[in-house]
Amino acid sequence: MNCIIVDDEQIARVIIKTLCDEIKFLGVVGEFSDAMQAIKFLNANEIDLIFLDIHMPDFNGVDFIKTLKNPPKIILTTSDSQFAIEAFEYDFIIDYLLKPIGLERFQKAILKAQKHEPSTNEVRFESEIKNDFYVNIDRRLIKINVESICIVEAKGDYIHIKTEEKNYVVHSTLRRIEEKLPDSLFLRVHRSFIINVKKIVDIEDNTVVIKKEVIPVSRSKRPELMKRLDLL
Amino acid sequence: MEKPNLDYLEKLARGDASLRKKLIDIIKNEFPEEREEYYISLKDKDFKKTEENVHRLKHKIIILGLEENYKIANKFEHDLRDCNLDRVEDFEKILIAISYYLKTI
Repeated sequence: MNCIIVDDEQIARVIIKTLCDEIKFLGVVGEFSDAMQAIKFLNANEIDLIFLDIHMPDFNGVDFIKTLKNPPKIILTTSDSQFAIEAFEYDFIIDYLLKPIGLERFQKAILKAQKHEPSTNEVRFESEIKNDFYVNIDRRLIKINVESICIVEAKGDYIHIKTEEKNYVVHSTLRRIEEKLPDSLFLRVHRSFIINVKKIVDIEDNTVVIKKEVIPVSRSKRPELMKRLDLL
Repeated sequence: MEKPNLDYLEKLARGDASLRKKLIDIIKNEFPEEREEYYISLKDKDFKKTEENVHRLKHKIIILGLEENYKIANKFEHDLRDCNLDRVEDFEKILIAISYYLKTI
């Protein structure tokens, strides 16, 4: 497997190169301090894997990803997980490494890259929607199983994702998570609430009860909610 | 205050003295350059550029094992998006501590 490293910091490139040298079947064929050089190289060479720093001045990793027509596998590297969420929406993003990168974690990412079978965006998207997605909490990407989500509530700049067992506070919007959640299970019943319809235990005129929480239902959303229910 | 250390770099070098030296030399070269760029952008009140420079310095901070200081740098970086310089002095202290440390290794 051949790879390139794209990172504006020399120390980061050398660290990744050092880690790559520990993997027998992985060869570094290029190191680039800016994304434009890397794009030129990718246009002329076939590459299996890119280690990409997502936070680079002028032309960042997300911009870089958007320019790729036939992208190879990508492992993101950064010291700030904030940007990774957006990039994780792409099919070819294999993993995300938070700096400073340790050998053990690096090896796991390489194993993932090795196992990763290319799939179409559609298939990957569908499978992600059905199973789980990642949220960024305190510099960690935490996997949340979609079906375990009961309620998503918007509070200011944050959303509270309430699952069967845990609650997560994530810096995001209801609209963004709504795009990730399957329509078959979830419904936005209020401007501040998305609910998992299967988790409803009780309904009154303009409220539903889930996990002992009373959730308001907008008048305009009530007909859609009623349609979803399996009424006798 | 936390003290910088080479634990991460030692672990990475796995006893390879030349690699250890190479990694240290790069940090010794990159850090002063980045620090200067940071001061220039700060003086120019270019918050976007300052944020980028803090981000780059942040990596050196964590490489040198300064986990608590890394948190401060992280907050400062985020503050800069709102043109907030409240943590500028705390960040300055981190830079001074690292500058001093790099002279000792």
